[in-house]
Amino acid sequence: MLRDMLEGRGRIWWAAVVIFMFLLPFILPRFYLYLLSIILLTGLLATSLNLVLGYGGIFQFHHAVFYGAGAYGTALILTKTGLSPWISFIVGPLVSAALGLIMGWICIRLSKLYFAMLQISLGSLVWIIVYRWYSFTGGDDGIHGIPLPDILSSSNNAYYFTLVVTLICLFAMYKVIKSPFGSALQGIRDNPVRCEMIGINVKRHQLLALIIAGFFAGVAGSLFVVVDNTVFPDMLFWTLSLEICIMCLLGGWFTFLGPMLGAAIIIALRTFVSTYTTYWALVLGILMALVIFFLPNGVLGYIEEKIKKGFIEPVIKE
Amino acid sequence: MLEVKSLSKSFDGFKAVNNANLDVRKGEIVAVIGPNGAGKTTLFNLITGILKPDSGTVHFRGENITGLPSYEICRKRISRSFQVVNIFPRLTVFENVQVSILSREKRTWNLFTPSSKLAVEETNRILESVGLVQKKDRTTALLSHGDRKVLEIAMALGGDPEFLILDEPTAGMAPEETVRCIDLVKHLSEKLGLTILFCEHDMEIVFGIADRIMVMVRGATVVQGSCDEVRCNEAVQDAYLGGSDVCLM
Repeated sequence: MLRDMLEGRGRIWWAAVVIFMFLLPFILPRFYLYLLSIILLTGLLATSLNLVLGYGGIFQFHHAVFYGAGAYGTALILTKTGLSPWISFIVGPLVSAALGLIMGWICIRLSKLYFAMLQISLGSLVWIIVYRWYSFTGGDDGIHGIPLPDILSSSNNAYYFTLVVTLICLFAMYKVIKSPFGSALQGIRDNPVRCEMIGINVKRHQLLALIIAGFFAGVAGSLFVVVDNTVFPDMLFWTLSLEICIMCLLGGWFTFLGPMLGAAIIIALRTFVSTYTTYWALVLGILMALVIFFLPNGVLGYIEEKIKKGFIEPVIKE
Repeated sequence: MLEVKSLSKSFDGFKAVNNANLDVRKGEIVAVIGPNGAGKTTLFNLITGILKPDSGTVHFRGENITGLPSYEICRKRISRSFQVVNIFPRLTVFENVQVSILSREKRTWNLFTPSSKLAVEETNRILESVGLVQKKDRTTALLSHGDRKVLEIAMALGGDPEFLILDEPTAGMAPEETVRCIDLVKHLSEKLGLTILFCEHDMEIVFGIADRIMVMVRGATVVQGSCDEVRCNEAVQDAYLGGSDVCLM
């Protein structure tokens, strides 16, 4: 009963947050809208990683490669073909999903750290191809001044587009996590041997999860093209992958919105702390150490734990 | 129903299972006994596809299932529980059993229907039958050891098995939990008509519920027969009592 009420009240809160976010362009200056767009799309990227990392227990340590593939897929269609720009926003994520299928099919034979090492190696291979192939990808210069449809050229509209697409993607991923596939995925995370013994084909389920995660990372990449009008090889570099992993851990990798919160914290830190010091990564390092010691389930994980203790347990005791 | 012939498995030259033979008829409760390290769990792992045998065959209802992956063996309605508790610690009791049912119904590829609306009735019925329905919303990490072992059996039941393999179902249980667990096994055999293969160190339990017993020593089958045949078998006495003439139990 109480839980239902909480869920009901929760829905009103979420509706209020979404309405507030739609009103932000009337309040915030352009720079903050840009920053918020970057937080949203990076949060989407981190959430897509968390689908396989936090919910699937798959050590996908080089997730940025799918983000970059989505961005390059969109950018290359926009710059090198006469196709409708809207097609590019579909092609980008599909390229990432296809890459997810190929890399997943190769890596899924291994597990845990061996999976991670192979995945990092293959991801780095994709990065070096993008980095060196000047005639096609622009090499280390990347691609700049990507032409966008007029409707997306203003920062307000780019923000709205990012917000709407991110919300749709988050909703879709939430549905996936709550679906029977999501339950099976969480079972695989907890105990793959047991999953096999209740009739689940573990590898195939993991592969589908990798394709889905790749697709949504690709959507985030396409959104970056909309927000920033540019792509560059660092979008596929492993250091960004590490940063996304940190976002998941910091926000709470067993919570759905934890990675979004982690992305907000890290991007805000990077933006504001770096105006005072070039050693912002030092602040991040200290913060991470504190989180690992005191909040092993991340910031949102800690908050959820407190809410459960405060509201749910007294009901159980009654 | 299940026929194991000349099954062998070695690890780095050590013969964990060496020419094991076993047959289980429909509706029977068959116990596998043997000293520690006799190869009982390895035998179960070979039957259920967790390990692939070096040689020998496993037939279930006349079909050769040797070396099939676990998920395919499970789909032939063979379920098992493990010696060391093997559940999903971050999921609730309800979800643990529900996943098992959803898997059997091949619904785990469904990406859009909320799980919370599926297989609810059957999950509740299974939890009711094993006495865990009161604890269904608890995360399994919060359960007692005995409840976790029972949950394992409930998860196995989610696969709607005809053949149930229980690897030391009462290991580590308190005496009252053991009684509950044995009653449950009897119930599964008598009321649901399941064929059960189990291994257990407690001879009182083995001789109390088994129809037939297979004795393993150093990976090999020493004897398989009725309780009386096994009780005074010379080779069994030798393995358990160092050659004494005293019968087991």
